Amino acid sequence: MNFKRIFKSGLEKFIREKGSSSAALVVMMAVAGTVLFLYMLQGVSSFSIAQLQDSVDISAYFVEDASEEDISALQDKLLALPEVASAQYITQDQALEQFKADHENDPVILESLEIIGKNPLLASLNIKASDPLQYQNIANFLEQGNYPFIQTVDYKDRAPVIDRLLNLISGFRVAVIAFMIGLALLATLVAFNTTRLAIYNAKEEIEVMKLVGASNEFVRGPFLVQGAIVGVVASFFVFISAIPLFWILSPKLELFLSGFSIFGYFLSHFFWIFLLQTAVGVLLGVLSSMIAIRKYLKV
Amino acid sequence: MIHFQKIGKAYGTENIVLRDVSFEVEEGEFVSLVGKSGAGKTTLLRLFLAEEFPSHGSILFQQRNVHEIPESKLHEHRRKIGVVFQDYKLLPFKTAEENISYVMEILGANEQDIARDVKDVLDIVGLSDRALHFPYQLSGGEKQRVAIARALIHRPQVIVADEPTGNLDPYNTKDIIRLLLKINELGTTTILATHNKEVVNQIEKRVLTLEGGTIIRDQEKGRFVM
Ligand SMILES: Nc1ncnc2c1ncn2[C@@H]1O[C@H](COP(=O)(O)OP(=O)(O)OP(=O)(O)O)[C@@H](O)[C@H]1O
Ligand SMILES: [Mg+2]
Repeated sequence: MNFKRIFKSGLEKFIREKGSSSAALVVMMAVAGTVLFLYMLQGVSSFSIAQLQDSVDISAYFVEDASEEDISALQDKLLALPEVASAQYITQDQALEQFKADHENDPVILESLEIIGKNPLLASLNIKASDPLQYQNIANFLEQGNYPFIQTVDYKDRAPVIDRLLNLISGFRVAVIAFMIGLALLATLVAFNTTRLAIYNAKEEIEVMKLVGASNEFVRGPFLVQGAIVGVVASFFVFISAIPLFWILSPKLELFLSGFSIFGYFLSHFFWIFLLQTAVGVLLGVLSSMIAIRKYLKV
Repeated sequence: MIHFQKIGKAYGTENIVLRDVSFEVEEGEFVSLVGKSGAGKTTLLRLFLAEEFPSHGSILFQQRNVHEIPESKLHEHRRKIGVVFQDYKLLPFKTAEENISYVMEILGANEQDIARDVKDVLDIVGLSDRALHFPYQLSGGEKQRVAIARALIHRPQVIVADEPTGNLDPYNTKDIIRLLLKINELGTTTILATHNKEVVNQIEKRVLTLEGGTIIRDQEKGRFVM
């Protein structure tokens, strides 16, 4: 019924009341910026966690006369396990090449290889678990499976490292989540307080509206619309300014973030980022106005 | 139509503004409420609007105690009353025209009716050329006339005018009083609160004199005596 009128009135408020609109806009831009920052942080941290997890693996080394068929059969079996993400077969030759490449600046080692005259390295399956907690199970599977052609599984040696990494990862996760919650709470608090102040400043106006016979909805409506508009505009500004910012920063931070491209991540998620920013802005704007205005409506 | 019954109002314990105010206003009547500055005229009108609660007593409007109207229904009560506030109470971010049309928008009137009535009312109060001015761009008298226009436009059953000529020159004052009388002749109950002697004496209608927190005089075709 009156929606058009209320919307028009809210738009007018936004345009005419430059003081309160721009104050709210600045705060809401900070909120939208926070949302953006948290989204990116989440992207960076899951990328880093994935990388850390990826650096963990175990290997099964095979006796020298193990047959390719046996190894390949075991590889298939492993890949069929849900716990296993990948199982890469590394032949003796490949292992040697890798070894040489790793030690190309170390003439002593390379020379001693020459002296041995044959390939001292073993063929292996390099296994990555889908979840780092599963390495124990995979190691058990290999060790209890009675595979005579397996010489050793290096899980025992690697377990402490894996454990430490797991602890690190979960600590990192907790820290990131705590930081995100803290920042989100702070942003909410600041937004609520700004709105409260703005509505406090409008309390005489609200009183007049009520005295000339406006219903609560009619008084409240334009404030909510104004809050929503502030949310949308703030989100838009932040989004627009993020594009050049990330474009410039991305290559500089890529090294530091071990190959994570902020700009690429931003581009591939821009729809969700914009949606989330806008939704948070509008919701906060509307909700805080609704709560702040309540007590002044009782005139 | 309006029944003030033993109304008392105190702010705190010391500051007793109204002690015992009783009077009745019939439908279609024109009543001037006079009294010195600080006598409690505005307070009485604020009580009628249910902007304030009385310390004791009650106000019946159309047989209904206005202070028993639930908060969610108060706007219905206020829509029946057009108020010219002593301090105008215009909305600062709306133009003269928008301040006036606001009360019609509240009522859900359609755009054509609003445009037509606003134009008429602005003509009546002589502010057609100030329609697009914001309150801060208007003089005191102009603001007062906007407030008068806003009180009239939705044809309320009662008009309450609190010192509506306080900032007007003698010409405008005469015009506004003439306007209030004309609207009253068309059936609108009118309460005029003022401490302006000339105005009251020009009207020649019922006069209530408020002093010491009570009505000390109630005269038909009264004059301002003090
Ligand atoms: N909110 C309040 N708190 C305390 N005292 C108040 C309050 N409102 C009004 N008063 C006091 O009540 C008395 C009556 O005030 P009111 O505004 O009703 O006078 P009035 O008759 O309208 O005067 P005027 O002709 O100057 O407008 C004054 O002494 C004033 O100080
Ligand atoms: Mg007064």
